[in-house]
Amino acid sequence: MPSVQSQRPPMLPAPRWADGEAALFKAGDRVRIAERFPIGHYRVPRYIRGKSGMVEAVIEPRAVNNEEEGFGRNAGSKRHYYRVALPMAELWQGYAGSARDQLKIEVFETWLIRG
Amino acid sequence: MPNHDHGHVDTEGSGDYTPGYYEILERSLAELLVEKGRIDANDIRREIEVLDSRNPALGARLVARAWCDAEFKKRLLANGRKACEELGITSYEDTELIVLENTESVHNLVVCTLCSCYPRAVIGLPPDWYKLKPYRARAVKEPRTLLKEFGTFIPDDMAIHVSDATAQVRYLVLPQRPIGTEDFTEEELAKLVTRDSMIGVVRLDPVQVHPGEVP
Repeated sequence: MPSVQSQRPPMLPAPRWADGEAALFKAGDRVRIAERFPIGHYRVPRYIRGKSGMVEAVIEPRAVNNEEEGFGRNAGSKRHYYRVALPMAELWQGYAGSARDQLKIEVFETWLIRG
Repeated sequence: MPNHDHGHVDTEGSGDYTPGYYEILERSLAELLVEKGRIDANDIRREIEVLDSRNPALGARLVARAWCDAEFKKRLLANGRKACEELGITSYEDTELIVLENTESVHNLVVCTLCSCYPRAVIGLPPDWYKLKPYRARAVKEPRTLLKEFGTFIPDDMAIHVSDATAQVRYLVLPQRPIGTEDFTEEELAKLVTRDSMIGVVRLDPVQVHPGEVP
């Protein structure tokens, strides 16, 4: 089956993504998890808020922001989840174990801060 | 849901049973949905039937296939959901599946600290301990101590990667193929793969005897 790419006439520019459709982060990016404490149920556990790590992978496909969806809002809220790796020593003071031990967790784009 | 944690189960055999808060909530919601015609009772029964049809034998088939077929393993690690479909294992929910490969240098462990996210489509319902707070809290804070209590000793030169499933992704551990299974068939290998090894609380022991041989 020919790919979508090859079906496109050669003169046309590459497709432009609407806001929020293209992934803002890529594998290898340093990120910090936002330190917010909104009221309600949020799928970012507290123990990772404010902690730093690295994007390991962009999770496809884009997904509805399930925290917004919980309040009945889901139109236009599709963005990426990222698989983020955080060193255990970053999470827990005096962590007993290998310095290479890591936590991996998927975090929605709106919770990630660059750097 | 029967046997819910919050119910008071009668152990004396007197027939008394007081449903807990969540059981009453769940029943009321189901009754309302049926009464309003959004679903019918058969839809609920059918969903339970689908849930109950999933069990660790499905995951074991995936693992054994990955051990025997390097190309399949690549596809499984690249996109768990699609590779499952190759074996006829469909996902009934809108989640992705990431398969985590155990190696000589990395051991993977799966947890859901917020609730009980679990690769149900591939290995069925989670064991009770997986849903309880001690496991959920300790898996991310002191995984090595926790694993020791399961009889699993992870050497210092092996890293532990704990995957906390919180939203969109379900995780399944691909255990290392046990030593001593070089001449095993795929079906024989599948029998060695346990539920706990696919959660990552144990590693599979070396095998001494081929299933066809008398020890």
